[in-house]
Amino acid sequence: MRQTIVRNVSDLPTYGFGPRSGPWWGAMGFIAVEGMGFAIAIGAYLYLYAVNPNWPIGASPPDLWPGTAEVALYLLSIIPNEYTSRAAHRQDLAKVRICLIVMAAIGIALLVLRGFEFAHLNTRWDNSAYGSIVWLILGLHTTHLATDVGDTIVLAVLMFTKHAKPRRFSDVTDNVFYWNFVVLAWLPLYVLLDWVPRL
Amino acid sequence: MSTAAEPNELRDDVLNGLQLSTQLEKVWRTPPGLVGALMAVDHKVVGRRYILTAFAFLLLGGILAILMRVQLAGPEKTFLSADKYNQIFTMHGSTMMFLFAVPVMEAFAVYLVPLMVGTRNIAFPRLNAFSYWIFLFGGCFLWISFLLNVGPDVGWFAYVPLSSLQYTPTKRPDVWAQMITFTEVAALAVAVEIIVTVFKLRAPGMTLDRIPLFVWAMLVTAFLVMFAMPSIMVASTSLILDRLVNTRFYDSSSGGHPLLWQHLFWFFGHPEVYIIFIPGAGMVSAILATFARRPVIGYPVVVLSLIAIGFLSFGLWVHHMFVTGLPQLGAGLFTASSMLIAVPSGLQIFCWLATLWDGRPVYRTPLLFVIGFIVIFVLGGLSGVMVASVPIDTQVHDTYFVVAHFHYALIGGAVFPLVGAVYYWFPKIAGRMLSERLGRWNFWLAFIGFNVAFFPMHILGLIGMPRRVYTYTADMDWAHLNLLSSGGALIFALSFALLLVNVIYSLRKSELAGDNPWNAATLEWATSSPPPPQNFDRIPIVKHRDPLWADSESLPVVAGLSAERREVLLTSLAEAEPQIREASPEPSIWPLLAAIATTIFFIGSIFTPWAVLWGTPPMAVTLIGWFWPAGSKEDEA
Repeated sequence: MRQTIVRNVSDLPTYGFGPRSGPWWGAMGFIAVEGMGFAIAIGAYLYLYAVNPNWPIGASPPDLWPGTAEVALYLLSIIPNEYTSRAAHRQDLAKVRICLIVMAAIGIALLVLRGFEFAHLNTRWDNSAYGSIVWLILGLHTTHLATDVGDTIVLAVLMFTKHAKPRRFSDVTDNVFYWNFVVLAWLPLYVLLDWVPRL
Repeated sequence: MSTAAEPNELRDDVLNGLQLSTQLEKVWRTPPGLVGALMAVDHKVVGRRYILTAFAFLLLGGILAILMRVQLAGPEKTFLSADKYNQIFTMHGSTMMFLFAVPVMEAFAVYLVPLMVGTRNIAFPRLNAFSYWIFLFGGCFLWISFLLNVGPDVGWFAYVPLSSLQYTPTKRPDVWAQMITFTEVAALAVAVEIIVTVFKLRAPGMTLDRIPLFVWAMLVTAFLVMFAMPSIMVASTSLILDRLVNTRFYDSSSGGHPLLWQHLFWFFGHPEVYIIFIPGAGMVSAILATFARRPVIGYPVVVLSLIAIGFLSFGLWVHHMFVTGLPQLGAGLFTASSMLIAVPSGLQIFCWLATLWDGRPVYRTPLLFVIGFIVIFVLGGLSGVMVASVPIDTQVHDTYFVVAHFHYALIGGAVFPLVGAVYYWFPKIAGRMLSERLGRWNFWLAFIGFNVAFFPMHILGLIGMPRRVYTYTADMDWAHLNLLSSGGALIFALSFALLLVNVIYSLRKSELAGDNPWNAATLEWATSSPPPPQNFDRIPIVKHRDPLWADSESLPVVAGLSAERREVLLTSLAEAEPQIREASPEPSIWPLLAAIATTIFFIGSIFTPWAVLWGTPPMAVTLIGWFWPAGSKEDEA
């Protein structure tokens, strides 16, 4: 087949931010998958809640302080997260490095708090179906949190190496985007785990 | 944003003809040798492996079907023991659903979608390679377990309490549950790749209303996978937790509920049917247009029907649970929604019939299979409308009527289009035509064999033969119909043997295909057969829904992409306007290593929960290795 060149794209950029870039859509895809996972787990919780006359089963509700402290820290983390995004868009390497370290530290702090939360659930996974679903949901979200913290740490290290090329700033903004999902996912889960048993 | 990062970079606008092809081949080819093969990220290489592996599982699943039909051919046969029979029907269903039907459709998408949208590789090619390895390892895990007499024996939907530790204190259900995890991870990865490929890698000018119907079908399927499969992952994980660490999800003495399992399973299980059927519908649209010699009538109707089926498929799951004692209102609602989905399915069928009517059909083998599809699928659809009604469902639940129904729906809806698709796209993939004479024999054996095998099952079901019995007594009067059915199954199996013979024969002896042997309209036919590693020397520009029919002489193209490193063109979501020249990852061994680490984690965790602890660091290391820049031109772009 004869080819006729009708357009030259050599002046296009080699990376972009947000919906223009491929990886952003990839992150979006995995957010959809994981969001659906949470939705299904929430559905399972509410199903068990509906079929059991007593809830929580054979346990008192989780202690409120670890989950609530997490909510506070998550919400506050949006500020440095947004700041990271802006620094990445401005391609300010020095600031991005600092921001990533701060975000990694926040993530680690949240993981520590999460440890306390497990300890204060007041039930074990093998006590009852209530304990099982609570541990499953918290475990799911902890996996998310840990994965994102791991990713943030790797990215932070990367930005200190010679590989900190301009298009890595786009990766940083995708990481920021994903963190917002981790925060957003926690809010309904917090209400479900900590407040529904108190209804 | 950086533009034109390296002004001295070699671009495809300064090279031409053979020089350009050779240079691009050098950049995009899979490295030679065994290690090179293990590093492959070319969607065509991975897609071919995916297709071959899925067909190998079809062969294995088919052998099991034949074993069952031998056992049931007469009353009180002792060919298979009850225990073996339980394993075999579970393995048959699980293999066909999880290792053949879904993967083979995704495999075709992996191979074809990037070509059909006019790009050089799939989005996230390393994830694609990872997905294949995970699928392969998961499938092998299931089959090796079966050969070691640890094959699952609790049915392909593994209902609790039968699959709980109390009633099945072996490792068999764990194998089933973890195989689910493997295949779902693989399928979810491909779903994300397909969505991003269709959203961002379409050739410039391929607006939403110019996307080929097969690609639309695969896009809708990918969304279905994305929203249906998390449910089965939650289900299989909770089942394995119940069995391994004594959680109580399904233990009714501790607040758990067996019906929770059915809800979780069927919330996935019903969309699953459409995950298998919608790609079949896409194949039908592609084949039909080519052989009716005109575009499919009602393009917007077909696209909207696909999307409508996608949405509706999430509102039907409870019709699998009509005999579980649901509230009447719920049963009524799900009956209505089950009947509703016949509307978009019917609309598509009328569009296809109108296309045939108005076209000048050329009855080659692919079209024969499409016509076979229409006949069988309509019959499957009709029995589907019957079982959507609660009184009929209550009567025939768990009988051979249901077995007949879903084989008509699934084999009719997916396998007939699939075999048609093999005949249609084989020339593109292998560069040679399949024998038409053998193809016709293949079709008629399949069509006759299928109907003889499965139609009698309707009657067997109506006269009371339950599913999943390993034998029956002579006084039940089921023997003749069962013998007939077994004979049909043999003929049906023979048709697949013929397909295999045809493929092997044609790979050696048949005529070369050329770029576009069927004079088809879509972009995969605008490149050589088989396509070169770079797919296209220059990215096409699309100005028409049927680009190769609009202008069969010349192809408008874009230039300006790198010719010394892997680069793809990203375009906007709706209008497909060029936006970015993005680097595409080069071959890597890390996806394989990550898949091995994941496999160790998955298999280890059915033996000890501690595998979660010691299995995680190797996974983390391989993932970091995967993403860490290796200093290639692609990484540093």
